[in-house]
Amino acid sequence: MRVALTGNPNAGKTTLFNALSGLRHRVGNYPGVTVEMKKGRSSFGQVDFDLIDLPGTYSLAARSPDEMVAVDLLLGHCENEPRPDVILAIVDASNLERHLYLTTQLMELNVPVVVALNMVDVAAGQGISIDAQKLQDQLGLPVVPIQANKGIGLDKLKQVLTAAAGQSPPTRKPLFPDAFEKEVLPLTAELGEASSFLARRLLLDVDGYVQKRMLAENTNGLAEHLATARERLKAADCPIPAIEARTRYGWLREALAGCIRKPAKRPVTWTDRLDRILTHRVWGTLIFLLLMFVVFEAIFAGAKLPMKLIGDGKDALGAALGNWLPSGPLKSLLVDGVLEGVGSVLVFLPQILILFAFIAVLEDCGYMARAAFLMDRLMARCGLSGKSFIPMLSSVACAVPGIMATRVIENRRDRLATILVAPLMSCSARLPVYLLMIGAFIAPGRSTWIAALTMFAMYGIGLVAAPLVALLLKRTLLRGETPIFVMEMPVYKWPSLKTVARRVLDAGWAFIRRAGKLILVTMVLVWALLYFPHGERYTAQLNQAESDIAQQGMPLKQVEEEIAAKQKELRESNDPKLAAEIQELEARVRPYYAIQQEWKSQSWLGQAGQAIEPAVKPLGWDWRIGVAALASFPAREVVVGTLGILFSVGKVEADTIREADDAGETSLGRALRHAKWGDGDSARPLFTIPTALSVMVFFALCCQCASTLAVIRRETKSWAWPAFTFAYMTVLAYLGAMAVYQIGSLIGG
Amino acid sequence: MSEQSLHTLDQVRIGERAVIDTLAGEAALVQRLLELGLFDGEEVEVLAVAPLGDPIEILCGNSRLSLRRREAANIRVVIRP
Repeated sequence: MRVALTGNPNAGKTTLFNALSGLRHRVGNYPGVTVEMKKGRSSFGQVDFDLIDLPGTYSLAARSPDEMVAVDLLLGHCENEPRPDVILAIVDASNLERHLYLTTQLMELNVPVVVALNMVDVAAGQGISIDAQKLQDQLGLPVVPIQANKGIGLDKLKQVLTAAAGQSPPTRKPLFPDAFEKEVLPLTAELGEASSFLARRLLLDVDGYVQKRMLAENTNGLAEHLATARERLKAADCPIPAIEARTRYGWLREALAGCIRKPAKRPVTWTDRLDRILTHRVWGTLIFLLLMFVVFEAIFAGAKLPMKLIGDGKDALGAALGNWLPSGPLKSLLVDGVLEGVGSVLVFLPQILILFAFIAVLEDCGYMARAAFLMDRLMARCGLSGKSFIPMLSSVACAVPGIMATRVIENRRDRLATILVAPLMSCSARLPVYLLMIGAFIAPGRSTWIAALTMFAMYGIGLVAAPLVALLLKRTLLRGETPIFVMEMPVYKWPSLKTVARRVLDAGWAFIRRAGKLILVTMVLVWALLYFPHGERYTAQLNQAESDIAQQGMPLKQVEEEIAAKQKELRESNDPKLAAEIQELEARVRPYYAIQQEWKSQSWLGQAGQAIEPAVKPLGWDWRIGVAALASFPAREVVVGTLGILFSVGKVEADTIREADDAGETSLGRALRHAKWGDGDSARPLFTIPTALSVMVFFALCCQCASTLAVIRRETKSWAWPAFTFAYMTVLAYLGAMAVYQIGSLIGG
Repeated sequence: MSEQSLHTLDQVRIGERAVIDTLAGEAALVQRLLELGLFDGEEVEVLAVAPLGDPIEILCGNSRLSLRRREAANIRVVIRP
């Protein structure tokens, strides 16, 4: 038995769906639209239900393909989706009249309808009591009072659903005036439809989706027929679209008379009290900013430990594999390719999950709508709406949950624009690059506020670029009428742990599955390009060099740790004897790094980097920086490791840079400072301030993140948009870096 | 019939109540407003205004709605004293 679940947003539909289907649910994809519908199964005695959760809507007047999918499904016009046997309409008892508006439309579909009267407890709290039996009689539909969040009334509901399956469709419904029905008949005939439903929508929804679709299919005079029909109706005092509201609400007023008892004066609710503060011009804004700050702090603090654990786990596993497997391409593939790839996905998972949990809580308790309300004017200036604010703000930590959070934006163009600019908001993976460049080149010898200012400017670049690009997109590619903002602000409620946990797990799992695949593929690809040719030969050489080092007294790893420790001591004590010890240790490991450097430089990627050097010279880069940028395509932090190898200081972990007291003093920092153009051909330092800035600006604007692209693909259901994002951001990054370098060099002289 | 001054909803101040007279404007917007319960004869109360002056929050029936001034300007109301 197939049951379609429908209702207004915020009526508790999702809660009901989850309560009925338990853990057994999956997501259905529909061609041509981005909306997904959840399917689940439930059972009552011997009967099995197939549940389908339609998107929350206020009416069946579809204005876009996304809204039309639900209508098509209800009419049985969806491919592979037979018509539902019963429609389950969930309504909010404290707002009955408005919620039943949709129900009166559902009654016209010729399918039995069952009404689930939800939130009776909330209504009772406001002094509203509803006579369900009388309501049932007046509406001519079965009415079952429930409390979906507490699981009350669900068995009765299932029983009623089972009974409703074989019954006839609703007989009582709002009656439109004769003048209207007179126009419906010929239209139904002209459309060749079996039922009059679509003809009604065609008449009523001016410039709606049904009209667009029908006019595209039927070119023989349909447009004129429609126009004259509407004129006649206007003359007969049945103006479109008002006649629908008049008819439906008129019928509902009569039907509901005597069913609802309300107090004479509407009582003040907790929502009223909270909103007096939370939507207050001053206090509301302050509380909002404070909340955002707290969320960010929580993410960074809360994610630290799990990220460290994951990083350590990855290292341990890598070491174990290293000892266990024989040297060769397979070992390198598994350790440097697969493990690195998987590791770089997992290491961001804690941040993603925490951020998503916050977003889920804010949405479930009802605060999200208030955030959109407060920020709407600001967003409108960039051509977006308040609903884009939280997704964009989240992207400052990580674009992945930010982009996934754009689900709440109903308007397709707005959602797309937000998704496409979210990666510009400076994410936390860019931090190691900033720290390294600023620590090595900007900070030394200058007051600390200059370094802080530069850091702030780098974040600022993204924060400024994103709204500008959004505005540009909305004026060009994504041009269209200004979407309607009118939105309902739901009643506040305690967020349900179950709902939040489920959403976070769903999101996390979807991310791992989708992004995981793409990142793995790109990491392996980059690994291969850096391994071949001659990988085996170099690996053999490295093994030899490693055993040579071990023979001198300490294994390689230990020598590196000694160097790092002694350098720290040296910074504090300035003991010349210490400096000499460090020099000696470095001489031991230098041959090892030299082999690494030679290997990667002649690899396919290295050769590619050298080939494109003329293209990156205007940015102030040499081929080594070019290779590092190419290698970081899957994930930004890889740039640090690759720079380490190409500048002969071994592979540097992004964490080392992040946790260093002074990034400029790490082995990589110092190597970069001493780097010269053309490997010693000229004594000109490679990294001037303009070069350092151009590297930072490139990474500020580029989209070197396979996770982000994978999530964009998932949310837009096409490869075109992630490809477009990568392309436009790379172009923007290239031009930005070039501009900074050229202008900086001119100023610097 | 007494002359009642017609205002539009965006002209109503915080705390004031008004009764909806007619809806004007694009069909898509009008339909949306009707679906949300904003139609002739309904009473609304303006509850709040966002920090930068836009959008506004109103109470209609038992639901709280938020709409931009440009959208509210399409709703002609009679202000209740």
